[in-house]
Amino acid sequence: MNIDSITNGFVIDHIPAGSGMRLYELLGLDSLDCSIALIKNVGSRKMGKKDIIKIDADIAINFDIIGYVSPEVTVNIIRDGVLVEKKSIALPKTLTGVIRCKNPRCITSCEQELEHEFKLTDPERHVYRCIYCETKASYEG
Amino acid sequence: MRSLIDILDFSVEEINELIDTANDIIAHPDAYADCCKRKKIATLFFEPSTRTRLSFEAAMLELGGSVLGFSEAQSSSAAKGESISDTAKTISCYADIIAMRHPKEGAPLVAARAASIPVINAGDGGHNHPTQTLADLLTISREKGEIKNFTIGFCGDLKFGRTVHSLISALSRYEGIRVVLISPEELKLPGYIKTDVLEKKGIPYTQTTDLEAVMPELDVLYMTRVQRERFFNEEDYLRLKDSYILTPQKLLGAKRDLSIMHPLPRVNEISVAIDEDPRACYFKQVLNGKYIRMALILKLLKEAGRL
Repeated sequence: MNIDSITNGFVIDHIPAGSGMRLYELLGLDSLDCSIALIKNVGSRKMGKKDIIKIDADIAINFDIIGYVSPEVTVNIIRDGVLVEKKSIALPKTLTGVIRCKNPRCITSCEQELEHEFKLTDPERHVYRCIYCETKASYEG
Repeated sequence: MRSLIDILDFSVEEINELIDTANDIIAHPDAYADCCKRKKIATLFFEPSTRTRLSFEAAMLELGGSVLGFSEAQSSSAAKGESISDTAKTISCYADIIAMRHPKEGAPLVAARAASIPVINAGDGGHNHPTQTLADLLTISREKGEIKNFTIGFCGDLKFGRTVHSLISALSRYEGIRVVLISPEELKLPGYIKTDVLEKKGIPYTQTTDLEAVMPELDVLYMTRVQRERFFNEEDYLRLKDSYILTPQKLLGAKRDLSIMHPLPRVNEISVAIDEDPRACYFKQVLNGKYIRMALILKLLKEAGRL
């Protein structure tokens, strides 16, 4: 399968297989009109299988979202067809406006225009909890 | 702006300072009678509460301040659909400090982020109730002389009891605490509190369903109510409900200096006959709640530069 190389944009690599679509949705890539490739189940010596997303546009990327989906991901930044930076992603300490609290008793369920905010409470197990009600974030958000 | 939303917002040193202030208020009430003259507390109670609201109001009145507020959502702008943020900003123009109870978890944090005056969480749904925990800590401190080196038994509904969860979190920062968890299988302490608090902090704990068997070990017994609505079927409730009612008979094996606590309201989980037992502390807890709220109001108003 051939996917053209990109000129200006990003290659989000080493996404755990099966998480590519979730990342695609969380990054809001479905609303963009530039060329985007989501490649699933690519063979990888390190990971066995992985997903890759290629974005052929210089857009603003929320790296916290990528770190939340998987801190193992690397982001290659391409300018004029050349790799200018290979960015490692850390697990973000907070997540604002990315995932939603599903606790119906939480104030986020009724307070108007209140952004859903989560904090990292257990870095080892990647546990995020709502700052308002402390409900654990489910990965599906 | 400093507020109290979660008991862990305050360090152990700060809690100890509050306890010292509360003890000083108890010893010298007249010295504090005018501390908050011309200051106002707004008690914003979006759901009914007798003890907590009146405790805050009594605390402010005994400091020489005054009180405004409402005691149910229907008599507030919330009934018209006003947001918590807007309510908090508005009340900031009228009062010096807010005590808020709300059925939604996290509502006092939203208020604290919007207000320009300190906000005290007076209970947010089943989530936090930090001033009850402060009252509990003051009671333990006064009854035991210090908050260290004792065995505390939590009995009853340990699954949904927010006062139990908060007190366990608070006690996990003190030395020499041993915890005994006494509950029916259906109402055991949630696993995440065992792993994230007790095990993480190295607090020794045991679990049992038999209150009488562990009674001789306890220095403090913290009772809570086993509620009928927590059970899936009536049969289980009827089978278990009497096991967790404290009676003089069940106290036969208890230590002579045991302290019996309860966050109240009590329904039938402590026999009225125990009220006269010198080991019963639950009404002292209520009184201590007022004194620790006085200390808290003073601390937050001072830090906000309003005293």
